[in-house]
Amino acid sequence: MSHQPKPLSEVEHIKTQSRLLRGSLAESLEDPVTGGLATPDTSLIKFHGSYQQDDRDLREERRQQKLEPDYSFMLRTRLPGGVCTPAQWLAMDALAREHANHTLRITTRQAFQLHGIIKDDLRPTIARINEAMMDTLAACGDVNRNVLCNPNPVDSRVHETVYQWAVRLSEHLLPKTRAYYEIWLGKEKVAGGEDEPIYGPTYLPRKFKAAVAVPPLNDVDVFAQDLGFIAIIEGDALVGFNVSVGGGMGATHGDAATYPRLADVVGFISPEQTLAVAEEVVKIHRDFGDRTNRKHARLKYVLEERGVPWFTAELEKRLGFALQPARPFAFEHNGDRFGWTEGHDGQWHLTLHLDSGRVADRPGATHLTGLREIARIHTGDFRLTANQNLVIAGVTPEAREAIDARVTAHALDSFRSASPVRRNALACVALPTCGLAMAEAERYLPAFVGRMEDRLRAHGLQDANLLLRITGCPNGCARPYLAEVGLVGKAPGRYNLHLGGDARGQRLNRLYRENIDEDAILAALEPLFEGYARERQPGEGFGDFVVRAGHVPSPSAQARPS
Amino acid sequence: MSASPAAQAPPFINALLGEDKSALLLKLVEGLDTSALHWLSGYTAGLAGRAPQATVIPVTPAPVAAPAVPLTIIYGTQTGNSRLLAERLKHQVESAGLAARLFRASDYPVRALAKETLLCVVISTQGDGDPPDDARGFCEFILGKRAPRMEGLRYAVLGLGDSSYPRFCEVGRLLDARFAELGASRLLERADCDVDFEPVATGWLDQAFTLAREVLTPRAAETATVVPLREPHAAPAFTKEAPYTAEVLLNQRITARGALKDVRHLELSLAGSGLEYAPGDALGVWPHNPPELVASFLSELRLDGEAPVTREGRTLPLVRWLSDALEITRLNRPFLERHARLSGSSALREVLEPGRAEAFRALLAGHQVIDVLRAHKATWDATELVQALRRLTPRLYSIASSSKRVGEEAHLTVAVVDYTAFDLRHFGAASYHLATRAAGTDAVRVFIEPNERFRLPEDGDKDVLMIGPGTGVAPFRAFVQERAETGAKGRNWLFFGEQHFRTQFLYQTEWQEALKKQTLHRLSLAFSRDRAQKVYVQHRLRESGRDVYEWLEGGAHLYVCGDAQRMAPDVHEALVDVVSTHGGTSREDAHAWLESLREQRRYLRDVY
Repeated sequence: MSHQPKPLSEVEHIKTQSRLLRGSLAESLEDPVTGGLATPDTSLIKFHGSYQQDDRDLREERRQQKLEPDYSFMLRTRLPGGVCTPAQWLAMDALAREHANHTLRITTRQAFQLHGIIKDDLRPTIARINEAMMDTLAACGDVNRNVLCNPNPVDSRVHETVYQWAVRLSEHLLPKTRAYYEIWLGKEKVAGGEDEPIYGPTYLPRKFKAAVAVPPLNDVDVFAQDLGFIAIIEGDALVGFNVSVGGGMGATHGDAATYPRLADVVGFISPEQTLAVAEEVVKIHRDFGDRTNRKHARLKYVLEERGVPWFTAELEKRLGFALQPARPFAFEHNGDRFGWTEGHDGQWHLTLHLDSGRVADRPGATHLTGLREIARIHTGDFRLTANQNLVIAGVTPEAREAIDARVTAHALDSFRSASPVRRNALACVALPTCGLAMAEAERYLPAFVGRMEDRLRAHGLQDANLLLRITGCPNGCARPYLAEVGLVGKAPGRYNLHLGGDARGQRLNRLYRENIDEDAILAALEPLFEGYARERQPGEGFGDFVVRAGHVPSPSAQARPS
Repeated sequence: MSASPAAQAPPFINALLGEDKSALLLKLVEGLDTSALHWLSGYTAGLAGRAPQATVIPVTPAPVAAPAVPLTIIYGTQTGNSRLLAERLKHQVESAGLAARLFRASDYPVRALAKETLLCVVISTQGDGDPPDDARGFCEFILGKRAPRMEGLRYAVLGLGDSSYPRFCEVGRLLDARFAELGASRLLERADCDVDFEPVATGWLDQAFTLAREVLTPRAAETATVVPLREPHAAPAFTKEAPYTAEVLLNQRITARGALKDVRHLELSLAGSGLEYAPGDALGVWPHNPPELVASFLSELRLDGEAPVTREGRTLPLVRWLSDALEITRLNRPFLERHARLSGSSALREVLEPGRAEAFRALLAGHQVIDVLRAHKATWDATELVQALRRLTPRLYSIASSSKRVGEEAHLTVAVVDYTAFDLRHFGAASYHLATRAAGTDAVRVFIEPNERFRLPEDGDKDVLMIGPGTGVAPFRAFVQERAETGAKGRNWLFFGEQHFRTQFLYQTEWQEALKKQTLHRLSLAFSRDRAQKVYVQHRLRESGRDVYEWLEGGAHLYVCGDAQRMAPDVHEALVDVVSTHGGTSREDAHAWLESLREQRRYLRDVY
């Protein structure tokens, strides 16, 4: 028994039998008896950009009512670099109101999410997203996900160049199956010739995440990605990228074989080598990733277990050329630049803060309506940030006043008034719709930040630029392991408390207290805040302080070159 | 639910067998399990030498005396670990040439627990001591008061959990203790596995396998036959006049939040009553009138509820007459005539004149007694009122269960009548009464109202077409249960309709389960208010016309249950269309053909 190869995970069989992601999705969509899909199709629909979810607040009640869970679907766009036009914004806004739960959500991967779409509305919704020149293909699933790109670099001349690389990466790594177009857009079946030259018929062992970063900003958290391209700029030109591989956040409670990991910088490449490098890194994941255990299937485990030298050698062998030595670079922080910034071309960009990326109309804060009104007059573009915020980009000096007026009228101006901790904070969706959540995140964030603000204020730390991230489970959608204070959900009302990230995305935090409730979290933070207020050095962040003061072990082994 | 018959001999057994024989009978059947009882019934029927024209069903393997049964393995899982372990045990047992049955807890028919002899449960604990989602119903049943005694059971429980939570492996612990409490004996001590479950689990599985193997000696199964008995042997002890007081076991709303209707699923206990019913039968319910309505009567008429009033030699306080004995919701002509005289209302008198049938019908349909009292003021004295009102009558509900599935219970599907008209909240007497009964404490007075005109085909090979929108679906839940339990080979096709899929899909999860198990073969749905264009069951009938006609041509029996005013005629029209279109006949001939089905008792209706 011990020498038998371990069996493939169930999803591998589903992929194998799916005929390039078709499965029985078409039949599932037509089944009137359930608002859900056949079980194998719930895995396949992810590749098409959707998760089947249900309102977990109602699950038990409906079970007693002899009703199935209140199934609905989350739909995620593929939107490389998070850039969309005002027309595209208006299309998403209309879908949010007509087919979803009247909200838009900006994700930590610079994509839109719609929530609460019923099965019968999936096709019309996806069709209209495609009519607006966007799609949802590969927004989820075991493929390359939405490619991140810094949306508002310090040197605005670079954006167009690096953004185009993000788009090309995304296009190059798209699945080639026609299934998406047949199932959702009613396109004819084309006979023969269909294959997946990069992925093969079983795609990747697990998801794959890629990002393009532009120092000194690391808002995309490039070291949390399977594949990163760190732009090296000389003068005002992109000369190439440092390549980083093997980052990833997800872990499983109680399973020591799973852990978050920072990516390794393996070398420098010229821009024209970008797609080849990306393709070969994906193929190494395809060929060497663990297909028997989905909790251990990300590329980072290949890196960790086989080592960086092995990986680099394998990559260079496949590429047929050697990587150049990595070039120097430096990141200052991984947050957004809030408020107005001026670009080199005299255009202006306004970065707004949104709580957990949720765009909704609430009493006194009509964000959905406000952004709809702005989209109607805006002539530039919108950029969704990897920190769940929004940049209104490419505003002429004359148009600023009209934008500002609408921002104020609809209470979109919290980037001015909110405390630093609130502006920086991230939270994943979690309950009630996410099937993985063990605890609250998005719904809990505002209240928890409030209590934290009280404690910070008590120590005169109200202006501390603290980075807090909350997730409802250990899978890490809001990249909690890079936060200065990270809460990772364990059970309703209970979290693991992680401390000691560096707010530059270059140091993982450490587990500080396990499975504790809000009072215990605040009690654990209290003496640290007190010490931080008393002993911090000029410019020292909270995460750096707790490491220096020895409250969490010094993570020397985990530090990445900078 | 105990499988044993009534501990105290019901009077009719004494009457039939005499005291000595009935005492012997009780002694004979005491402690026998259901299978043995079935066998016994077949045996005695065989002795009688006049077994009815029932089919003889071989039962394999038949545990007649010694238990030659498989190991039953049940798992409840959130992440798949429990399933993994349960599958491993099954594999181990089967590899040794022995029999094992594996169930996800949600798929396990809990009523079979009483018959189990060897059981392993592998179950995880979630969060703060909760069962996994797929085991909620299972745990609820076992930990609840309806769990049967399990003296004949040997069992073992393996718990999975995460010791960083306070209630580590709570669910496994509770089940283990509960089985013991119910009389079962442990095959093996419980083990609790932490996140790293392999070491503990492997040891436990090996032990469980070794012990189970000792019990599971493979042997040729003996075969017995069961001859189902069709007719009840004695007149029931409880009748319309002498109703049975049935405990409410469950009163569960089965429409979701935001639904336009409140529909209840009620489970009533018939334990020990001797009451028997067949699918299609109705349950008569003696209601009490809503206290709010009684109070409105008293205040409207300015009468004292405590005043004693005598009618037909019986004296009760007025309030008791109104709540327990008299019909105070539905209007009738004699009462209206009396009220018209007392009030002097010319409007009311006019409606009562001959030739005003339409207006009179409208008055009856749109008003309750209280509305007339409020609209046309009159002075009644208490005695006069009690004399003028009709006696309260029971309401009939199609039974929504098969006793072959649910044992000594009857289930009802009740739409709660509750609306506001003329600025006053109105209730339906019986539905209000039922909806406000609390499970575990309240009871309802009931009797069986047989309905020989709404019976499943005797031949189980015949197909069955069931059209039951709204609460009309109730008898078809009984039909599908019955056909599943009797192993009927014919196909079952249900047409169901309501307003909204999300909130009003009555018994959705049960139909899904039945489709999966192929005890329901087709389900056609019409939700009228989910789309701009309203869709009803008759539309679905026409859409599937070719198949409907084929089924009917092939001898299928057709049933319609529900609203008599609009649904039944609309459905009939649709059937005429279907037959004429796909049978290639005129509408007249189609109509005549359906009439012939009616005469053959293949087109049966229970409409109201």
